[in-house]
Amino acid sequence: MHNRRNFLKTAALAGGAVALSGLTGCAMGSRPRGHVVVVGGGYGGATAAKYLRMWSQKGVDVTLVERNPQFISCPISNLVIGGDKQMADITMSYTGLRDTWGVKVIEDSVIALDAAARKLRLASGGELGYDRLVLSPGVDFMFEQVPGLEREEARSRVLHAWKAGAQTVALRKQLEDMPDGGVYALTIPRAPYRCPPGPYERACLVANYLKKSKPKSKVLVLDANEEITSKKALFTTAFERYAGILEYRPNSELREVDAASRTATFDFDTVKADVLNVVPPQRAGDIAAGSGVKLVNKRWVDIDWLSFESVNTPGVHVIGDAIFPAPTMPKSGHIANQHAKIAAAAILNLLAGEAPNPEPVLMNTCYSFVDSKNVIHVSSIHQYDAAKKVVLPVPGSGGVSAAANELEGKYAMAWAKNIWADMLV
Amino acid sequence: MKLLRWVAGLGLAGTLGAVWAAGQPDPNLARNLAATCANCHGTDGRSVAGAGNEGLAGTDKDTLMQKLRDFRSGARPATIMHQISRGYTEAQLELIAAYFAARK
Repeated sequence: MHNRRNFLKTAALAGGAVALSGLTGCAMGSRPRGHVVVVGGGYGGATAAKYLRMWSQKGVDVTLVERNPQFISCPISNLVIGGDKQMADITMSYTGLRDTWGVKVIEDSVIALDAAARKLRLASGGELGYDRLVLSPGVDFMFEQVPGLEREEARSRVLHAWKAGAQTVALRKQLEDMPDGGVYALTIPRAPYRCPPGPYERACLVANYLKKSKPKSKVLVLDANEEITSKKALFTTAFERYAGILEYRPNSELREVDAASRTATFDFDTVKADVLNVVPPQRAGDIAAGSGVKLVNKRWVDIDWLSFESVNTPGVHVIGDAIFPAPTMPKSGHIANQHAKIAAAAILNLLAGEAPNPEPVLMNTCYSFVDSKNVIHVSSIHQYDAAKKVVLPVPGSGGVSAAANELEGKYAMAWAKNIWADMLV
Repeated sequence: MKLLRWVAGLGLAGTLGAVWAAGQPDPNLARNLAATCANCHGTDGRSVAGAGNEGLAGTDKDTLMQKLRDFRSGARPATIMHQISRGYTEAQLELIAAYFAARK
């Protein structure tokens, strides 16, 4: 009897809490209220900030912490490196989030998270409290895995340009300064990394530039993977069009870099380049990686696919490139935007005392330029599997372009303009 | 004991509430599904002017559904929509089409 009474008490208290929060949600018309802080204003974070405001009819307060004064897009940045676009074409302000949506945008960095107290410490010295937190930190680089690139000085000479911004400009400058007959070498890390087709697109656009302006030059693509990791047949065809300029070498894992001589060492090979472009191995951005949220393989954040909430840290939702991906799901700006919408919807439900949408759907499209005008795509659709508790690609859906074509070159720019507006305007 | 029964009653209501909630679709399901289209077709189907992709806001539901069905069957030529439309169920496409039709 005693045991039974204790059990009833416990069950009743737990159940009562559910009932009361449910009633509150109904009585108030399920209007969510609270303060959400979003850290990182890229494809994931900017989208989350806008949609939290839009979908709550501005009822939820949103603060966006972003260290850069402006948004600079990684997608389309390979066209800047190839000389087809300018930085101004991929740079946008946060004014729309501020003025149209009433997001409080703070130019600052987060240096510590106290998830138990639900507050953040900022680099400028202040503290920021939240009811729910969205981390969209992107990736940071595992330079410790690239001997020779541990020091900042080496990294200013051997660039990654895998975060759009100053490095994009600097890599373009290195290519412009390279003599005709020079060698541009690009190293690709083992998957998963940000933007699977990105390195192959970059190789094409640099080859396209060199073919026109410095035709005696070479592009060497040194891939740690066994084969091209995205749109393989289409990139193989594109590479054939650059025969004589572009050479692709699979199974080439970078072992060491000598920045002074721009030399890259592999297991059976050494390459001396005029422009050495190393895309290093990656993991979840520092803010997430160091915050105590559970990581998979010490690299990517483990999340619940219904809410994007960390599996071990309540109230902390992680989106974008930083998460451990679902099967066949790429790390792309497009998919980060889709993560953000599921997370925003779930957070608003949770703030109103309701469960997240039990059947989320995500869609991805990645367009890649193989020259200034012709484009190839890969697309996929991912639906939630309640038994497996993960989103899975839908059989028979998605796919790639039949061949590179100019029409998709137009659609690629239409995609860029619409997704940038979807995040920022 | 009276109090205990009262609290236990609340507990039962709470459990039932959770069961009902689990069986029900999200009230914002159509909105959430339609948001997956915004990357190319604009927030709420309002494409950026001059961007070059079709805006979907305010399009008649039956017209939109017919287009989507034709994309799925291959009757309507496409670069990508034949692949994307096959990733959604008929019921999901109906919700999406109705949502965009209602955006004026």
